[in-house]
Amino acid sequence: MSRKMELAAGLEPERYELHSPAAVIFESDRRDFFKFLGAGIFVVCAASKISAFQESGRTRRGGEDNLPQEIDAWMHIGEKGEITVFTGKVEVGQNIRTSLSQAVAEELCVPMASVRMVMGDTQLVPFDMGTFGSRTTPVMNLQLRRVSAAARDVLLSLAAKQWNTDPALLAAVEGKIVDAKSNRSATYSELVKGQQITQLLPAEDPLIPATQWKIAGQPVPKVDGRDFVTGKHGYPSDCKADGMLYGKVVRPVSFGATLVSADTRAAEQMTGVTVVRDGDFLAVAAPSTPLAEKAAASIHAEWKTVPQPSGKEIFEYLKKNAIAGEERNSRHETGNVEKALASSEQRLSSTFNIAYIAHAPLEPRAALAQWDVDQLTVWTGTQRPFGVRSELATAFHLPEEKVRVFMPDTGSGYGGKHTGDAALEAARLARAAKRPVKVVWTRQEEFTWAYFRPAGVIDVSSAADADGKLTAWEFHNYNSGAAGIRTYYEVPNQRIEFHPVDSPLRQGSYRALAATANHFAREVHMDEIAASLKMDPLEFRLKNLKDERLRAVFEQGSKQFGWDRPRPANHGFGVGGGYEKLGYMATFVEVSLKPETGEIRIERVLTAFDCGAIVNPDGLRNQLIGANIMGLGGAIFEAIEFENGKILNNMFSRYRVPRFRDVPPMDAFLIDRKDQPSVGAGEAPILGIAPALANAIYALTHIPLHSLPMGPQLVSHGYQLS
Amino acid sequence: MPTKYSLRINGQSFSVDADPDASLLSVLREQLDLTGTKYGCGEGQCGACTVLMDGRAHRSCVTPVSTATGKSIVTIEGLAKDDHLHPVQQAFLEEGAMQCAYCTSGMIMSAVSLLNNRENPTDSEILQFMQGNICRCGTYPRIIAAIRRASAAGKELVR
Repeated sequence: MSRKMELAAGLEPERYELHSPAAVIFESDRRDFFKFLGAGIFVVCAASKISAFQESGRTRRGGEDNLPQEIDAWMHIGEKGEITVFTGKVEVGQNIRTSLSQAVAEELCVPMASVRMVMGDTQLVPFDMGTFGSRTTPVMNLQLRRVSAAARDVLLSLAAKQWNTDPALLAAVEGKIVDAKSNRSATYSELVKGQQITQLLPAEDPLIPATQWKIAGQPVPKVDGRDFVTGKHGYPSDCKADGMLYGKVVRPVSFGATLVSADTRAAEQMTGVTVVRDGDFLAVAAPSTPLAEKAAASIHAEWKTVPQPSGKEIFEYLKKNAIAGEERNSRHETGNVEKALASSEQRLSSTFNIAYIAHAPLEPRAALAQWDVDQLTVWTGTQRPFGVRSELATAFHLPEEKVRVFMPDTGSGYGGKHTGDAALEAARLARAAKRPVKVVWTRQEEFTWAYFRPAGVIDVSSAADADGKLTAWEFHNYNSGAAGIRTYYEVPNQRIEFHPVDSPLRQGSYRALAATANHFAREVHMDEIAASLKMDPLEFRLKNLKDERLRAVFEQGSKQFGWDRPRPANHGFGVGGGYEKLGYMATFVEVSLKPETGEIRIERVLTAFDCGAIVNPDGLRNQLIGANIMGLGGAIFEAIEFENGKILNNMFSRYRVPRFRDVPPMDAFLIDRKDQPSVGAGEAPILGIAPALANAIYALTHIPLHSLPMGPQLVSHGYQLS
Repeated sequence: MPTKYSLRINGQSFSVDADPDASLLSVLREQLDLTGTKYGCGEGQCGACTVLMDGRAHRSCVTPVSTATGKSIVTIEGLAKDDHLHPVQQAFLEEGAMQCAYCTSGMIMSAVSLLNNRENPTDSEILQFMQGNICRCGTYPRIIAAIRRASAAGKELVR
């Protein structure tokens, strides 16, 4: 899908997702592909409006190999009936290898097992900006369905021609074209044999409606699941090449430090060790990790440090250092907020603080780099293989076609693997060592030198009339980001503004971005207004909400949860919901309190979610529950502690992430809207848990919880969450 | 100084040269190409590197290779017998107890160790034993379900 179409679909990438502008590149031509894949049917999905059907021997306007510049996906059906799909999307645990295969199998009418997905290999797949922003399902899934439908059409035409009949009388069934009337059938491979056909999209082939899905919409198990339970799957950090060395970077003592001097003599004398010093980059490569560590430790480096802001002053820092009047600001204004606030008796203001948190993907950044003269190949775990290719090409002054980035299915990302840090380091070392080099970051490096979810301060002011209708909404977000900043509640007078800050810590994308912080502030504030009006928080929301699908998740979710049921003594209910990345969600939480100890327990959690027609209900439940569990960490205890350019909690023993015992009973309530387009589910479900939990505790204790994480604030009031 | 060590892994004997304090994890992954065992933290806090030594879970990232000699080591690669998955592996597949699956090897090895010692663990025993394994994707409820399923399958477990 073109950028314009994505914008139209409300999928504009958030600023923190983009580290470099996207370029549209298409290098391999059709001839290359038939050479590479053999004869068959080749279906290309072009973003531009070109519709052509071309059989071998006929030429299309512009010459045979003049493929359009903007390509989203392509597919090849080989002479043996093998189906290969090429996409720039990558698998990081969100299960798209499976859900995209389902889309293809569904439209092409073939079993799942005959579909092979080639993902994230910059040499073979069409350009893709990256796997983020929950776009795989609304964009790529749809494109692959269209590609597959077109391929099905080609096969129907081939059979019709062979049998001298009307394609409309034929059907595609489990890898065959069938003529029910004459009882004839031909397998795809029989039809494809000897053909060399290119079909260009977009052609407006009708797609199979969700109500008739047989493979899509089903809880299909993870593709290649067996490889993951047997340890066979090769992650980026598992990659190996002949003669490969292991790299180790000597890191600066603190952020902003520059290298003054380095005594590398001891390291250089170690057998097989290569030392690289290039500006402030200081690193070694050695035949084993233990030796690389030893060599790195033997280097005496002197660093010049500069004072850096610390965690204890971060929130004042962010407010003080907001960059005013910049283009990066986003501002939304309707009505007259000042007037509405001034004239209202029900006014409320609150300030929210959001800590930096770490993605902590269990597989740290890793890359294997190999040079073949001036051709660079890198295997790495990244959500932006083409972005990393650009980074490498720029760093080594290479044309992009000299760089190939390949991404094996990776040990998660959560928005944390957009950049090519390890790839650059491995490539630099490999060039010096003249051997392949693998760099795998340690956990400490991952917690220190990766980027964080931005910290932020959010100021909210609001007013409502006595009937519980919102009249004014003023919302300022400092630094954490603009994702999900607009309110979905009906308010006539609004001012909503994002204020960027030059962050003291390196920051970037994180699952759902700032939508977590913005939903937290908005949804917690909503409960406080409701309390001031003595209204039920759910009733108050519905009173100010028009959007039918959003109302539905609140209403149906609340029924499922039992919102109206009598609440036991010392039990509190909370709700938080919203709309993000085209998905609608509402999370409900029940907590209990032991008054004698101050111990608060999460009794149960339910998230209602509507992401259109569900592609894989099992994968969706997995994402939904997983997102809630990950969200618990940021809600209760995750926070990066830092002081003067150093991270103080850069290990799992000091940075707490959710573990088995932290998980309360959790349920997912799926609303399957078969009449609506399928959209993503990896991000939006993380948004509700923090506000729903804070609101449940507020209902019980009347303590307004205005910090993420909220654990420390609870402790200061004599409570603890268990 | 590198020393020669003989290791018994997945029923086979291996001879490796390594520093005595080199981690068993680095030897498995770098010298023996047994990359199913994962690095996650290097401090025994996340469980991704879990292997069995004499039937019990050990964090191979903090296990010096010198202490692993003379033990029967089982890694994720050695769990399936021929084409038959171990009941715990099978249960993880059936419950779909993974997302990115980077933690899966360690989860499975820990679960096998638990079930080796407690055929029918209670929920609190499962939580207690598995608390040292991190799944950042948050598939914990499914992992618990998989352990219960494997326990119920009640089949012969690897020691």
